[in-house]
Amino acid sequence: MTDNDLAKTDEVLEQYKDRAGNLIPILQNIQTKLGYLSKETIKYISTKTKIPVSEIYGVVTFYTQFRLQPIGKNIIRICHGTACHVANASKIADTIFEELNVKPGGTTEDLKFSVEVVACLGCCSLAPVMMINDKVYGRLTSEKVKKILAEY
Amino acid sequence: MEKIVGDNLESNITKIKVGLASCGIAAGGLEVFDKIDKFLDKSKLNVKLEKTGCIGMCYKEVLVEIDDEQFGSTMYGPVKPEDVDEVLQAHLIDKKPKTEKVLFSDKLGGKEDEVLKHQTRIVLRNCGIINPESIDDYLEQDGYKAIQQVLTEMKPEDVIEEIKKSGLRGRGGAGFPTGLKWQFAHQAKGDIKYIICNADEGDPGAFMDRSVLEGDPHSVIEGMLIAAYAIGANQGYIYCRAEYPLALKRLRIAIKQAEERGFLGNNIFDSDFNLKIDIKEGAGAFVCGEETAMIASIEGKRGMPNIRPPYPANSGLWGKPTNINNVETFANIAWIIRNGASEFAKYGTEKSKGTKVFALTGKIKRGGLVEVPMGMTLRDVIFKVGGGIIGDKKFKAVQLGGPSGGCIPESLLNTPVDYDSLTATGAIMGSGGMVVMDETTCMVDMARFFLNFTQNESCGKCTFCRIGTKRMLEILTRITEGKGKSSDIDLLYDLSDKVKKASLCGLGQTAPNPVLTTLKYFKDEYIEHIENKHCPAGVCKQLIKYEIIPEKCVGCQMCKKVCPVDAISGERKSVHKIDQEKCIKCGACMDTCKFDAIRKL
Repeated sequence: MTDNDLAKTDEVLEQYKDRAGNLIPILQNIQTKLGYLSKETIKYISTKTKIPVSEIYGVVTFYTQFRLQPIGKNIIRICHGTACHVANASKIADTIFEELNVKPGGTTEDLKFSVEVVACLGCCSLAPVMMINDKVYGRLTSEKVKKILAEY
Repeated sequence: MEKIVGDNLESNITKIKVGLASCGIAAGGLEVFDKIDKFLDKSKLNVKLEKTGCIGMCYKEVLVEIDDEQFGSTMYGPVKPEDVDEVLQAHLIDKKPKTEKVLFSDKLGGKEDEVLKHQTRIVLRNCGIINPESIDDYLEQDGYKAIQQVLTEMKPEDVIEEIKKSGLRGRGGAGFPTGLKWQFAHQAKGDIKYIICNADEGDPGAFMDRSVLEGDPHSVIEGMLIAAYAIGANQGYIYCRAEYPLALKRLRIAIKQAEERGFLGNNIFDSDFNLKIDIKEGAGAFVCGEETAMIASIEGKRGMPNIRPPYPANSGLWGKPTNINNVETFANIAWIIRNGASEFAKYGTEKSKGTKVFALTGKIKRGGLVEVPMGMTLRDVIFKVGGGIIGDKKFKAVQLGGPSGGCIPESLLNTPVDYDSLTATGAIMGSGGMVVMDETTCMVDMARFFLNFTQNESCGKCTFCRIGTKRMLEILTRITEGKGKSSDIDLLYDLSDKVKKASLCGLGQTAPNPVLTTLKYFKDEYIEHIENKHCPAGVCKQLIKYEIIPEKCVGCQMCKKVCPVDAISGERKSVHKIDQEKCIKCGACMDTCKFDAIRKL
């Protein structure tokens, strides 16, 4: 961990000091600041909070939000909820995987994109839908997806 | 519905509202909002521009409402950024509104009021009307009056009695009577008690809770205040999924505003009642929607369910009595207190009172959010409110209740929407996702889709849920790949039964429902897949093939160009051919062909 990473981690830990049941928000905050949770980060959190590494690792691997690997600059979330499934979301997903040459859950070699398939983004009436960072794109077609990806 | 149309508080000032919930934003709402802002700046008109929540007509987003003296309220949609100048110029300056874009209006006609006519809005009473980021807007709609009434005139027992009398049942899916649940938590011994709002809306195909949180967050906070007073809690949590950034943002704003005005904090309305509400962000685990798993997650643990009893009402968060209700349930509470239990109980059926919000999606014309009285038939919800099937294709099934629910066929469309009637079909009311399917949806693929979801989301604690769902998924997958055996159907029944019986929580107990209902109502399709290796809906990739119709092919080479695997051959101006060995069945050729010369078999 760099000094900068350490400082950021300490800042979060300080914020939640002496408050019970805050492991999840601690991890969420640190991940937001560092991008992912490295082995060293987890060990460091364990030393500071006195929560065993095994328990932290258990929580990290239970929730899909947490990442143990670095991620790309832009996160693409492809919705695969019911409405999107009915609207042929698999085709949209295939287009993205093909265009970027990545697998579900993977990151492009240039660290530009990470691609996740998620259960439901809750914009069902715009199906099929994907989200790049905080922006939602709806009523997708393979052609539209290619154009959108080119914008990044 | 007059409220949306006739709401005009400062009658002289022209108001413009833009629907900016997630759907509106996704459809380009922010760009439209900016464009309107610029237009108003330039034209120096005295117009109040505001954002509002979900109006429910997602299929016509972006929605813009103009409310002025001359024309009253007028709803425009869909409005694209490039339409803004024209629409505003015509309406505000030339006073000759562009009526072809009007959805419904006080004075300008419009045909889309049909979708609102059959609705009764209790939960969504303020959605699309108020600015969700303004507490003053909520107060103008008599916000926080119910909690004032409760704190100054009612004992906790009176509140519980009133909610019991209303007949309100939990809107999260299971339908447990809310008043009774409060009574258990009220009667439980302990100085410290907790109130939790379940906003972990995880069912794919459901977005009612998101819309309420994005459109009217204060109504949920007020519902929590009343519940907290009734059970004797001083600390509340809202457990909201992280996938809803806008809902989280608006909740944070609402809590801060309520604290500033003294509706949250100590000595609320000069009583000795205190309440603090904190937000807990979910971290992406569907099972956390289950009460005991949610409690574990708030405590910072892996979100796995626990054996009940003890029920959370007696031993919940950190071992203290805890009451958990869903967003929609809370959003009903203030209305019930202000209007009275008997007024609420006028709506609905004998055992299911009030209204239910549904997220209408799938192959439906007017997809969006609707609130209808309990007891309306599925047929009326889909055809009267929802406008029927896109392209007037044939209705096949409606999926209710997400991964815990089931698919209901045409023959049962006269079933009223109430807890008990829906359960009798094998589906459940669930949280309110309603996905409409037409003849192009394969029911075996649908069952496989849901099993894939539950199998992924199973926390792994109970063996039958962990392994049973995996085996069921494998069976369904091989059926959709044309490798099904005739014994598979019996095997599915057998596993379903075991998974249901041997799982601790709702996730496992209901996971086989999508399989069981499709087997019950669409067994033919399973048999067709297994015996004839044929997918009637043309969905299962391994069972379909694309073919060029020689009479129609002009040899334009378009399909040849788009084929990602070079499976199409043929010279210019001669009939093309698809190499079935190479074809990956992506369908790109069929989408591209301008001459309808490619068919799916």
